[in-house]
Amino acid sequence: MDLKKILNTFHPFERRVFPVLKHAHTLEEIMKATGMQEIEVMRALQWLSNKEVIKKEGFINPKTTTFISLTQKAERYQKEKRLPERKILEYLQKHHKATKTILKKELNLEEEEFNAILGILKKENYIHILKNSDIELQITEKGLENKTLSQDEHLFEKICGEGSVQKTSEHSSEFLKRRGLIEEKEKAERIIILTPLGEKLSKEKISNEVLDKLTPEMLKTKAWREKEFRRFDIKVEVPRIYRGKRHFVDQAIQSIKRIWLDLGFKELEGNLVETAFWDLDALFVPQDHSAREMQDTFFVKGKTGILKGDIPEQIAKKIKAVHETGGDTGSAGWGGVWNKEKAKELLLITHDTYLSAKTLAHLKKEDLPFKSFQIMKVFRNEALDWKHLFEFYQVGGIVVDQDVNLRNLLGYLKQFFKKMGYPDVQIRPSFFGYTEPSAEIFVFHPIKKEWVEVGGAGMFRPEVTKPLLGFECPVIAWGIGLERVLTDYYKIKDLREIYKNDLRQLRDMKEFMK
Amino acid sequence: MAAIIIQKKSFLDHLKKALADSEITAIIQKLGVSVEQITHTELTLEVLPNRPDLLSEAGLVRALQAFLGIKKGLRKYAVRKSGGKVFIDPSVKDVRPYTACALVKKLNFGNEKIKEIMQLQEKLHATFGRNRNKVAIGMYPLDKIKLPITYTAKAPQEIRFRPLEANREMSATEILEEHPAGKAYAYLLQEAKKYPVFIDANKNILSLPPIINSHETGRVTEKTTEVFIECSGHQSGAVKTCLNLIVTTLAEMGGEIYSMELNDGKKKETTPDLTPVKRKLNIKYLNQRIGASFKEKEIKFLLEKMGHDYNAGNVFISAYRTDMLHEIDLAEDIAIAYGYENLKPELPNAATVGEESPFEVFRNKLCNLLVGFRLLELNTYHLTSEEVVNEKMNHNGEIIELANVANQEFNVLRSWMLPGVMQILGENTRYEYPQRVFCSGIVFKKDEQEETRIKEQTKLAVALAGKGEDFTKIKQILAGMMDALAVIWSIKETEHPSFIEGRVGAVLVDGNEIGFVGEIHPRVLDNFKIEMPMAALELNLSELFKTLK
Repeated sequence: MDLKKILNTFHPFERRVFPVLKHAHTLEEIMKATGMQEIEVMRALQWLSNKEVIKKEGFINPKTTTFISLTQKAERYQKEKRLPERKILEYLQKHHKATKTILKKELNLEEEEFNAILGILKKENYIHILKNSDIELQITEKGLENKTLSQDEHLFEKICGEGSVQKTSEHSSEFLKRRGLIEEKEKAERIIILTPLGEKLSKEKISNEVLDKLTPEMLKTKAWREKEFRRFDIKVEVPRIYRGKRHFVDQAIQSIKRIWLDLGFKELEGNLVETAFWDLDALFVPQDHSAREMQDTFFVKGKTGILKGDIPEQIAKKIKAVHETGGDTGSAGWGGVWNKEKAKELLLITHDTYLSAKTLAHLKKEDLPFKSFQIMKVFRNEALDWKHLFEFYQVGGIVVDQDVNLRNLLGYLKQFFKKMGYPDVQIRPSFFGYTEPSAEIFVFHPIKKEWVEVGGAGMFRPEVTKPLLGFECPVIAWGIGLERVLTDYYKIKDLREIYKNDLRQLRDMKEFMK
Repeated sequence: MAAIIIQKKSFLDHLKKALADSEITAIIQKLGVSVEQITHTELTLEVLPNRPDLLSEAGLVRALQAFLGIKKGLRKYAVRKSGGKVFIDPSVKDVRPYTACALVKKLNFGNEKIKEIMQLQEKLHATFGRNRNKVAIGMYPLDKIKLPITYTAKAPQEIRFRPLEANREMSATEILEEHPAGKAYAYLLQEAKKYPVFIDANKNILSLPPIINSHETGRVTEKTTEVFIECSGHQSGAVKTCLNLIVTTLAEMGGEIYSMELNDGKKKETTPDLTPVKRKLNIKYLNQRIGASFKEKEIKFLLEKMGHDYNAGNVFISAYRTDMLHEIDLAEDIAIAYGYENLKPELPNAATVGEESPFEVFRNKLCNLLVGFRLLELNTYHLTSEEVVNEKMNHNGEIIELANVANQEFNVLRSWMLPGVMQILGENTRYEYPQRVFCSGIVFKKDEQEETRIKEQTKLAVALAGKGEDFTKIKQILAGMMDALAVIWSIKETEHPSFIEGRVGAVLVDGNEIGFVGEIHPRVLDNFKIEMPMAALELNLSELFKTLK
């Protein structure tokens, strides 16, 4: 190890502390020797300890010492530096006899304290107790002669003089402690001892002429010439600074968007409030379906009941026919009567597929093949809890092409999920009113080693495509839940956390790297 | 989705196979039925709404027997003539116009079988029957009633009988007001002046559909061996299919089906009609949709796995399948029979060009630009409350309310972005300042010009909270954005109740106000329990984008 290199890393604080360590071994001594603040010395010692210049032992695990000091109760004896029993003894040496009442009054003693004194005087055979109407103390021969202080009295005097005394076998008194006159306090004392490395370093010369921060002035005056820069401890932890960043949901949206753009898809945008016509009727959802009910779907409230939206006349006619009889699609339809008023109800979109329906209504044959996607919030009238959100993102898309088929749907999904980090995709039979065949999308979770459901897919029914497009054409479609991907990536258990916007969480969260 | 429970032992006995739990799951899943739980004795399954014929053990076994090749193709059921008659009175036209009826005999109900059939009835009511509105099913022990039956509608006060689960005779009005089933389904008869009833030849009321059966004449027990079944509802087709489904399921359980003659005064009809539905099949069409090249022989094999018959270009579909609206539905059956898991993914090579929405390109650039100013992006809900958007902001804007919302804290569509941001900062006061954040998103306002009467635009809110955050700081951000976009803009003095007077300005671009910027009023900060000064701006990005074009 290059000693000089180590010395070079010393901070100005360390440079001041290190030289005194030859003879100063406690914090107090070091502070005294350097004239530095405690916090400065501590920081210097911490760094020196990190560099293994001082022994970790005495610094990190300081030796604890017990000190004895006076309690608040004992303060009134502090001035005379003696215990009340001495005063009683002296009184009795003078008067030979005294009643408890007189002594208590004379010395202003409490009952408890007086009884303790009585006990010790009697134990030492300094007094007799005479029992009359009042307790009377009479001094003995031994008492009359006693002039030397007891061990406790010596200790007390010492504490009074010095403020506190280190506890030793000699300097301790259970009796005074019980009487509540003294208390014991532990004090940690760091003993700073140089390591062999420190010893070696102490023989080296420490220059105070190293440069710390490079300043513009130094550059101007060229003061840096022929001087050394202090070496930094580059491994030291640094406090974090906060950067600006996108919300992790938006980061994920950007990544996902990139994938669909790379696959040649066009991004679409749409309303979040729509008529039931586009959200349900155009997608061949029967009018008696439960999605129309208040408990599942958000409807917009108006001055008189639900606000009504506009629906396009031409398409409405075709949708009516397809619902009632199947129209010209070759379908049997749902039967019953299709009610246009019901289709005018305004709701918060229940799925992003409505945008696909709207898109189909504007497509012409020459636009094909057509591939589009959208990432948007959809809504469910649900109470908010750890596994339910009332609004969440769906990633949906369609491909409109005369040749497109179910295997192509699987092909696109496989490409997408491969880029999202899920190498295997499976579809399983399912049911959606507007697709046939219908499928649920599963991906194989590479860590959990199990199949996880991530969305729904299928081919739009002819009852959906023919009235909207005006011609027969297969359309493949899918909808993927974004939150499912997010909870997995960020290991989030409670869905509410995604939109909690806890600033610490947002500041600390890793980037969405897919 | 409907959850059903079936008995594992009898299920496996019927399949004549000893299957491990994992094998049961795998096989059932292939039909689109998901397995929720398997115990020693029971299977809990989720059945998709398009396959109500799988809502019973007998139905599921029937489908699996075909699927596994144990009993392939169309299942044929004999329908014997009973000679029993049902008169349909024209009075039902206005309340519940259709019915289809049958008898089933030689039943041998054990306790489990009764449960199974009750479960099927209940699940059919909830799913295919649309909570009994579209179709409701009634079943009556034949030994308690006398044919012929009359289906008619009567004034509520004329209807009196003892309903199931009641200990006394009640009037129809009492049933709807007091009986549990009556209360639950009263809304289905809400607008009816007369209520539908089935009455037998003894003039006994059998039931008040779709509410409840009579205790005396409409209670099926383990001892019942012969039943009269009716389905009633609002769609003739649905009522008949539902009857077909019930009687064939009973036949699978060992029953014999007998038809009844329906007469509505104009025409006579015999139900059930179990004649298979014949549909022409275009193999080329099916292969195109699936992306397969199945030959006719393979198609025939796959259709038979799904319980259909195929002969010379025609498919014969069971009369109980409710989900066969179109030829495409056969494509799904063929794909399921082939196995979705056997389909090979294929990416078409038709070239298309990816295209990001120009507005989203703009919005994203702007957001990334704000990140450059070390701002943190938030993502907030579109739903909020009037308290947040108006009251706490000391504001009085127009609101758009939602009907019948599950969470009262989220019953309003947001009209601007800043309140949501303030709310978030109010919840984060324990964290380090400065807190410099932004949030962009769709906001809503009433507009008669729009198809939905609501205009949706994207707005941006930026908020700086902390010691020393003031008008200068927020205007620096604004200026930085506008410079980056090379937009000519200006600020005009304005008043806004959420901001400190004299420290708020309207942002003008091309003479249009597209937002405002200022220092938040301490009264507003206080409402959100924020104890740091705050400066903020709100910009209409949709409008700003227009001026860029």
